[in-house]
Amino acid sequence: MDHLPALVNEAKAAIAAAEDAQALDQVRVRFLGKKGEITALLKGLGQLSPEERPAAGERINEAKQALQHELEHRRHVIEQAAMQAQLEAERIDVTLPGRGEANGGLHPVTRTLERIESLFQHIGFEVAFGPEIEDDFHNFEALNIPAHHPARGMADTFYFDATRLLRTHTSPVQVRTMQSQQPPIRIVCPGRVYRSDSDLTHTPMFHQVEGLLVDEGVSFADLKGTIADFLQAFFERDDLDVRFRPSYFPFTEPSAEVDIQCVMCQGNGCRVCSHSGWLEVMGCGMVHPEVFRHSCVDAERYTGFAFGMGAERLAMLRYGVNDLRLFFDNDLRFLRQFN
Amino acid sequence: MKFSEAWLREWVSPALGTQALADAITMAGLEVDGIEPVGAIFQGVVVATVVAKAPHPDADKLNVCQVDDGSGERVQVVCGAPNVDIGQKVPFARVGAVLPDDFKIKRAKLRGVESCGMICSASELGLEEGRSEGIYVLPGDAPVGKDFRAWLQLDDHTIEVDLTPNRGDCLSLRGIAREVGCVTGAKVIEPSIAPIAARNNAQFAVEVSDSEWCPRYLGRVIRDVDASASTPLWMRERLRRGGIRSIDPAVDVTNYVMLELGQPMHAFDLDALKGGIQVRRAHAGERLTLLDGQDVVLNEDTLVIADHDRALAIAGVMGGEATGVTGETRNLFLEAAYFSPLAVAGKARDFGLHTDASHRFERGVDPDITRPAMERATQLLTAIVGGSPGPITEVRQPAHLPRRADVELRRERLSACLGVRLPDEEIHRIFRSLGMASSAPGQSWRVQIPSWRFDISIEEDLIEEIARLHGYNRLPVRRPQARLGLKADDEATRPLRRLRRHMVSRGYQEAVTYSFVSPELQALIIPNGVSPTLANPISSDMSVMRHSLFPGLIKALTHNLNRQQHRVRLFETGLVFQGELDELVQTSMFGGLICGTRDVEGWSSRRDSVDFYDLKGDLESLIALGGNAEEWTFVPAAHPALHPGRSASLCRDGQVVGWLGALHPGIRAQLDIKPEVYVFEVEQAALTQGVIPKFEPLSRYPEVRRDLAFVLREDVEIAPLIESIRSRAGDWLTQWQLFDVYRGKGVDDGDKSIALGLTWQHPSRTLNDEEINQLIADVVEVAQARFGARLRS
Repeated sequence: MDHLPALVNEAKAAIAAAEDAQALDQVRVRFLGKKGEITALLKGLGQLSPEERPAAGERINEAKQALQHELEHRRHVIEQAAMQAQLEAERIDVTLPGRGEANGGLHPVTRTLERIESLFQHIGFEVAFGPEIEDDFHNFEALNIPAHHPARGMADTFYFDATRLLRTHTSPVQVRTMQSQQPPIRIVCPGRVYRSDSDLTHTPMFHQVEGLLVDEGVSFADLKGTIADFLQAFFERDDLDVRFRPSYFPFTEPSAEVDIQCVMCQGNGCRVCSHSGWLEVMGCGMVHPEVFRHSCVDAERYTGFAFGMGAERLAMLRYGVNDLRLFFDNDLRFLRQFN
Repeated sequence: MKFSEAWLREWVSPALGTQALADAITMAGLEVDGIEPVGAIFQGVVVATVVAKAPHPDADKLNVCQVDDGSGERVQVVCGAPNVDIGQKVPFARVGAVLPDDFKIKRAKLRGVESCGMICSASELGLEEGRSEGIYVLPGDAPVGKDFRAWLQLDDHTIEVDLTPNRGDCLSLRGIAREVGCVTGAKVIEPSIAPIAARNNAQFAVEVSDSEWCPRYLGRVIRDVDASASTPLWMRERLRRGGIRSIDPAVDVTNYVMLELGQPMHAFDLDALKGGIQVRRAHAGERLTLLDGQDVVLNEDTLVIADHDRALAIAGVMGGEATGVTGETRNLFLEAAYFSPLAVAGKARDFGLHTDASHRFERGVDPDITRPAMERATQLLTAIVGGSPGPITEVRQPAHLPRRADVELRRERLSACLGVRLPDEEIHRIFRSLGMASSAPGQSWRVQIPSWRFDISIEEDLIEEIARLHGYNRLPVRRPQARLGLKADDEATRPLRRLRRHMVSRGYQEAVTYSFVSPELQALIIPNGVSPTLANPISSDMSVMRHSLFPGLIKALTHNLNRQQHRVRLFETGLVFQGELDELVQTSMFGGLICGTRDVEGWSSRRDSVDFYDLKGDLESLIALGGNAEEWTFVPAAHPALHPGRSASLCRDGQVVGWLGALHPGIRAQLDIKPEVYVFEVEQAALTQGVIPKFEPLSRYPEVRRDLAFVLREDVEIAPLIESIRSRAGDWLTQWQLFDVYRGKGVDDGDKSIALGLTWQHPSRTLNDEEINQLIADVVEVAQARFGARLRS
């Protein structure tokens, strides 16, 4: 009994010296196992007098609990160290690039068209499409551009024969829509259009978005509001200056060209705006009664406005692209810039 | 339309600077395209007279001249121009003058002779393109000593206006001036044009047989002219500033009147004409040599000016070579006519021409300006070439002249269209400025349209005029109002946007290629494809409409391969055009192409090239978006563009809706494409039409999976085998996985081994071993019986 304190000290030293779980277990067996030294003391209690037994028993149990506690603590420390060592061993270089497919991307024209479509869809416009090989009636006649009208010279047309051609604008979709549905009509018509022109600033194919709103009581004021809202939303500039300049399109009257404050130089004048501070971005106007007549819409009851814009032009201004022809080279180094 | 600002300001001169004036014109709808100074920048040049000339002692081509520059002292100058002569008035750059390009004139010695200044040519002063022949000889009345810039009004600008086709009335100074008057309120002063009294009775007969196309024709004979006289400098300068080259007095005067009043005219050499003028349709096959030397064959759709023998000119387009005025012409016949736009429209283009006259007649000319123009031309011409004018011959058919009907403008309509009620005074102010008389205000106005505003015939035309001259930017702004009605939205449709984004997340880059392709490339890829050909392509390699998306995608591929981009994944959406024009089908397609390594190059990626199954996987994944993959099958089939052993048609409900496969090695060889290329295209409609998900209850009972390995001949297709197995595996089969295809050790040559995992689950009870074993026995039996597949031990 008298060597109990020494035994406890010895046990504690052994616990502290155990380096791993296995060594610790050996210490436990040595002191607290079935044949362990502390266990032996408990077994030896029987040899003591009944008077001595309770106190001795209590002392031994205390010592046992203390050692158990020490063991538990040491086990925890050893486990922690082992986990730490494992974690250390499992360290990887997280700065290596990740694995897997790189993203592709939408063509900047699609990106622009979708953006325009969305802005108008949010205020209740639907998206409409039409054929690209059109006939003279839908591309010209119904839009108040009769044969030999000088306005035909405004767009150099690709022809297949006397009456069939590649549409020069998406306006024929207006006509087709009005022929097949009664007002109210709110549509935008995105798509490819074609003009026989190819130089630094023209490609023989490009994209337009045509818009049309026909209803009772639609006025030029509504047109101005819609266009200004659209341009400010498109360029995300609430303070973007927008101006309307009288112009002429055979299918609208009154007609206007729309200029915005140059988005490159904030209207101070630069090469892009030819130092005028203004950029011409779209055309618009009130639907001409002759167009209504060709489309069987009652021009006395309904009024409407239409507008049209070039997607490439808007994309160039939005993303700062300086060469139109890049849009159709499909060079990956160009396309990836819009991913 | 180009014109001199100084000339315009003689008609109307608002208190605005050049730029402000141009802005005002632009904002009225006549877009100013450019403002250019009429001459280069120089100073220190005066009008001088050459008073003496002697050969240079030491140089053959030089003369030593004495000039009087108004300073009171003679100045000696060495001049190399061959045309310099005593008595000439010339532009003289004094010592200290600065010519264009900052060329400073200094005192100098030329081969030992002192020269104090320079006699200038037109090109040295920036007044002529290229290099002038000699010095610029000024008219005899040029004032010696006067600053040359000031004398020639060179502090002037050329303003170029890009006119819309409806504003033919502005193709003249008169029209532009009126417009400036409208916009700025400045007073317009029209030059008075007095009738020129006939000084003889000479007339040349005029007959008009097509008065519909020529409702008014005026002719006038001018006898005994001196056609060798030269056009005065002021007129040449105005023409030059208007972009018109000076030719001779007759042509210059007709051009001048056209520029001033908008009336194209023509002058004939009277002595070359036979009998009289006939305005008629050309005979089929009739020939004419035009002023530009071009020989044309006319047709019955062409209105010509003829004499009793032959066609002399295409009416309103261009005169003929044989009857034009020359330096020897003694007697002239001047023409001023009104041709209807229909008579001229498209005619110039039919002959590959576009002339100042046709440009105007196509758009319309003021039918009331014919006679004033004739008088004006007579006055100007006789002032230059002398001669004695006869009386004007006029043939007119009023019934065919443009009708001048009044136009009604309803107040309510005006207000509704513009979204604002403008005050009466404003509307009347605008009418007045436009030269339109209108009735007193009421519910509507009756408005008289002046002869020059032939573009105005309906109410909307007047609404536009009012909106324009009130100012578009002063009109109200409003947002359209509409009822908030929900629209049907078809949930089963997968929007194109969704499909595009899916390709993007699988690493594809969207391409936009031209809808017209090279016929050679298309024939190589789709040899039997018929698609429309453009009648007027921009170039032969963009002349035929694409029958498929393949040619464009392949062209985009080669563009990138040629630029060291070796891993290419592209997709495109758009129409293809199939069939002859009369049976044409325009179908929206969705196509793609892959080439290069399967993985993006990286530290852990392999270098394997893509194969058929990469593309097929992408396509299956695209199809799976529709939720109806079981409607789709890939059927081995041949396509001319594709490797016959590595191509399949894509079928939906048994209908072929697309193709995929390896680009044919023969085509690759022809196009010099080294790596393998895989392409697909599918009808968009088949892809976008999906299904709405349908719920099935989840089973609470355990699922059972069994893996089976079969050995079968190499040429047995997997899809039908799996289909048979699925149909024999009973209703409780919920999933299957083909998890291995193996060839090699342990499998005989010509055989392959496949491993299939089958999973069953019963909705309402636990499946027992006997049931599963029976199903497996059935599966093994069908695989053996129909496909010769043996269960691998």
